[in-house]
Amino acid sequence: MRIHVRLFAGLNRYVTNKPSGIPFDAEIPEGATVEALIRHLGLPPDEVRIVFVNGRAQPLNFALADGDEVGIFPPIGGG
Amino acid sequence: MNETTLRDRLLASAIQEGDLRLLPLAAEKALAAEFGLSRRDVQIAAVESRILPARYQRSLGTVGWDGQLALLRATVGIVGLGGLGGWIVEGLARMGVGRLILIDGDRFAENNLNRQALCWESTLGLPKADAAAERVRQLNPAVEAITHVVWADAESLPRLLAGSQVIVDALDTLPTRFLLQRVAQSLGVPMVHGAIAGYIGQVMTIFPGDAGLFALYPEGKSPERGAEALWGNPAATPMMIAAWEIQEVVKILTGRGQPLRNRMLLMDAEQGAVETLRLGDS
Repeated sequence: MRIHVRLFAGLNRYVTNKPSGIPFDAEIPEGATVEALIRHLGLPPDEVRIVFVNGRAQPLNFALADGDEVGIFPPIGGG
Repeated sequence: MNETTLRDRLLASAIQEGDLRLLPLAAEKALAAEFGLSRRDVQIAAVESRILPARYQRSLGTVGWDGQLALLRATVGIVGLGGLGGWIVEGLARMGVGRLILIDGDRFAENNLNRQALCWESTLGLPKADAAAERVRQLNPAVEAITHVVWADAESLPRLLAGSQVIVDALDTLPTRFLLQRVAQSLGVPMVHGAIAGYIGQVMTIFPGDAGLFALYPEGKSPERGAEALWGNPAATPMMIAAWEIQEVVKILTGRGQPLRNRMLLMDAEQGAVETLRLGDS
């Protein structure tokens, strides 16, 4: 299935030629979870803190569906 | 205090501008001296008589008379007086929030000069809380600034923040934010959360009982620092997120507008994107 992915605040640096915040497609097996997508993309699990699927916060074990839009953010704590 | 006389003097001092009666700054100062009142007491008495201190003329359209009165009577605790907190102090003082509790144990350093509103070459080395109080006095002496040059911790925060109607998170580490949310919930008041890193920033308002930060970090723990350790914090991002936090506080206090409750505004200034994401069951 095809997932529309956006990586924010530097997470794109782990994926070849993907600018920050610009959507790209990832092909993963049917029913894969958010965690599997993160593994597929090669993101360090420690740097992924906030995952939104179709505009809603979801946990790592959330099962994705074809066409889902996934935004992945690192933790941010500056002030 | 002789209420009738003060009201009479306010009416006599007011200037009619269209449908609006305005109290000029000079008259506000003179009446405070004449009646031995604080500037805030004079501003409150004026607004109660539907005479607007002239400084608030451009605020009236969005906050209204009752909103301005609510702001003047409010107490807001601001924890962290750096990149976010400096602008937040400035904004809330300009809006006329009557009492600000200002908490930060830090002093200004040179690497604060690129972004922190209260860090000037002349304030380097000074406690951030003292600089904030001085800024409030310069901007709006009706606002009472209560300063605490201490680091936020579980022991001190509940005592220092008691009496706040809203608590503002302007901290710069993640674990302290979980602590602040717990303190706000134990005091039964909303907390306005903001955080920044490089080009990105986030804002949400957490009411008692809301999952808040725990919806983002379900395990309730996080590294000490986030992406800001890599990206730093430029001048613009804290201004933008602080501005949203100011507006959240004003909305809560005036009862106008929809707070970002169970929603998080996430901004990526590099791409020019702002999104409002849903949290929990909202």
